[in-house]
Amino acid sequence: MSQRYEIRFSGAGGQGLITAGIILAEAAAIIEGKHAVQSQSYGPEARGGASKSEVIIADSPIDYPKATQVNACLALTQEAADKYAHGIIDQGVLLIDSDLVKNPPQGNFTLYRLPIIHTAKVEIGREIVANVVALGAMVALTGVVSFKSGEQAVLARVPSAFKELNQKAYRVGFEKMKEIL
Amino acid sequence: MAFDYEKYIRPGKLPHIWCPGCGHGIVMKGLIRAIDKCGLSKNRTAIISGIGCASRLPGYVDFNTVHTAHGRAAAFATGMKMADPGLTVLCVGGDGDGVAIGGNHFIHACRRNIDITYIIMNNHIYGMTGGQFSPCTPTDGFASTTPYGNPDPVFDIAKLAIGAGATFVARTTAYHANQIDKMIVEGIQHKGFSVIEILDCCPTSYGRRNKFRSVVEMMKQHKELAVPVTAAAKMTPEDLQGKIITGILHQEEKPEYCEQYARLIDKVQAQTAGKG
Amino acid sequence: MAKKTALIQGNEACAHAAIYAGCTFFAGYPITPSSEIAEVLSKELPKIGGKFIQMEDEIAAMAAIIGASLCGHKVMDASSGPGMSLKQELIGYACIAEIPCVIVNVMRGGPSTGMPTGPSQSDVMQARWGTHGDHATIAVAPASCQEIFSETVRAFNLAETYRMPVQILMDEIVAHMREKIVFPEPGELEILNRQLPAVSPADYKPFDTSFGDVPPLAAMGSNYRYHVTGLNKAPDGFPTTTAELVDAEERRQLRKVEANASAIEKNEEYLVDDAEIIILAFGITSRSARFAVDNLRKEGVRAGLFRPITLWPFPEKRVAGLAGQVKAIIVPEMNLGQLIHEVERVVKGSCKLAGLGRVDGEPITPYQIIDKVKEVL
Repeated sequence: MSQRYEIRFSGAGGQGLITAGIILAEAAAIIEGKHAVQSQSYGPEARGGASKSEVIIADSPIDYPKATQVNACLALTQEAADKYAHGIIDQGVLLIDSDLVKNPPQGNFTLYRLPIIHTAKVEIGREIVANVVALGAMVALTGVVSFKSGEQAVLARVPSAFKELNQKAYRVGFEKMKEIL
Repeated sequence: MAFDYEKYIRPGKLPHIWCPGCGHGIVMKGLIRAIDKCGLSKNRTAIISGIGCASRLPGYVDFNTVHTAHGRAAAFATGMKMADPGLTVLCVGGDGDGVAIGGNHFIHACRRNIDITYIIMNNHIYGMTGGQFSPCTPTDGFASTTPYGNPDPVFDIAKLAIGAGATFVARTTAYHANQIDKMIVEGIQHKGFSVIEILDCCPTSYGRRNKFRSVVEMMKQHKELAVPVTAAAKMTPEDLQGKIITGILHQEEKPEYCEQYARLIDKVQAQTAGKG
Repeated sequence: MAKKTALIQGNEACAHAAIYAGCTFFAGYPITPSSEIAEVLSKELPKIGGKFIQMEDEIAAMAAIIGASLCGHKVMDASSGPGMSLKQELIGYACIAEIPCVIVNVMRGGPSTGMPTGPSQSDVMQARWGTHGDHATIAVAPASCQEIFSETVRAFNLAETYRMPVQILMDEIVAHMREKIVFPEPGELEILNRQLPAVSPADYKPFDTSFGDVPPLAAMGSNYRYHVTGLNKAPDGFPTTTAELVDAEERRQLRKVEANASAIEKNEEYLVDDAEIIILAFGITSRSARFAVDNLRKEGVRAGLFRPITLWPFPEKRVAGLAGQVKAIIVPEMNLGQLIHEVERVVKGSCKLAGLGRVDGEPITPYQIIDKVKEVL
């Protein structure tokens, strides 16, 4: 059995966390040639509610595609933190949005806080790229793919008119995380 | 010279299952004359039906024929026409088959305006199953499941078809045998979804329960109640109460579904080629 | 040149595989969690001159694909739960009239509307017996995006070879998860087409058994005129109530699958040779089972996995053989006990048998299976 690395992105529907998961999986599977599976849970809402996207990355084929023992978790909203920030292993990490998650769950993991939504809105100028800010931060936090692979995967996925914006969002998210590590 | 029906009848498949006095045979002969007049090729004509007495018609005639499931003729026919737009596709069936269980398929075939000609033999009853009432049984009429008279309102098939978007809608009766082939010819030649409602007689299951002493009486009623659409235009709604308006009730030109889809394919392929 | 790879969903893999297999006609009706198949094909089919039509309901979608198949197209339809319930009527039509078609069922919980966004494996028996009357069934159940591609191609091959509907049973997880797939090159996977008549139109009969149990099928609109009905029919396609003809036709339609079961069946076995306990699982649950087998082996438990890729016909000979060599078989499935009945029928008490069901919209985890194995041993 391969060494699995499990990442869970959670937040509200419409925040683009499924896309963040897909980009990370593409960086791992297509660019770095590892094995990766991305899956998601969703409810009837297209917007709002709580949604999660999971990525399993390993060096050999992945059998069970869902998270079993989460290595790293992201929660962008309080509802998502309450519902999905569980099953994180000891020595695991949880990154929360410092403005939106006021009551982070307790556990034997390390908690990190970043104003992700605020950063997207104010520093990048578009709240819509909060998912890419979060992705940059998670890549910095986990090191599960390289900065370059993540960036390349972001650029491959977004339309050309938004490449610069997303590249900046990814870079800022990565750097902000590095600062607090 | 007498018309040679034999040319279009499958050898060994007659006699048909229809009762003496049933009008379906009149419609079948009208359909054969219409196909002959249009000069359609047997190999390139398909006749699709659902379930019921009228839906047994395809088994008797020498074309590509599909006796489908109850109510589904229009949906099967849509698949066949889309798959092979050059094929002439006709549907035949009864009132219950077409607008009760098949009502959803019927109205959406009308809406798409796909080039199919749908001939509905409306005899106001489910004949094959023993005379239960259909959406076309007159209110207060008797059927094996309306022993106290029919409490239901009636579907006007032609109005339903027009409302749903059919671009050719005609009505006639089994009495007006010579008008049947004329209407079917017009329907086949019309590009788009054509509906031809033919009021028909079921002496066994409907006539018997509704005080018609003979099929002749049922036919006579069709003769007497029929008002050609041109004459109807000059009559008041009161005068038209209870009458059967016959002829071409509606005809318009609108984009046909398979042609629309062919244009979509052309557009997509041009775009794809442009990219490559 | 390197082969094309992509990280795609199971549903997307299924749609692309359909085109690879030669599908030129898709009819469907929107339903979660199968809709991506229709979405991809609405985009891709016109590019190759194929046709996509969204029908007014799931019954109509089945009708349209049967009609198009009669006109010579390779056809597919995809649905789920309530949509599959509606389709049963015309799946029966495709069985009796012997019309090739592929139907994808992305299983969700039920009955009725159930849990549209939750995974399930509760249509195992519906796939086998959903339509009324005796009939043969072929159903495949892939477990990864790559396998969804290859099994979709195989489903078309089986439908065309045996002139019948073939179902692809997926669950919400394999349908929606994304994995890397390597697209096969043209010609890399075998593509089979239905047998066309070799006789003249005058001599053609649509159910002519002189060519074997699978009669050649002409396209309507070619020079072969024939009649098709959902009634019991004689070899010439016309309805019959003649007892011996009806009996012979009914039996032939079962025989064409039963006699070819070994060619249709496909299984994966993992560490079964020395196994004392076998986990028999399909689809997403087989991936939990494989994880469980690896963990159990580390603990010294000789566990193995038997994964039917073809669910119907059920691989009864192989399962009976395995039952004779192990202490127990565990059947985890995301329902409250369906495939286990088939296993029970085949095993005939020759080993211990235990089920593990889950219907809360969550997958069966490897740890649940591990616990069950320990409980049974």
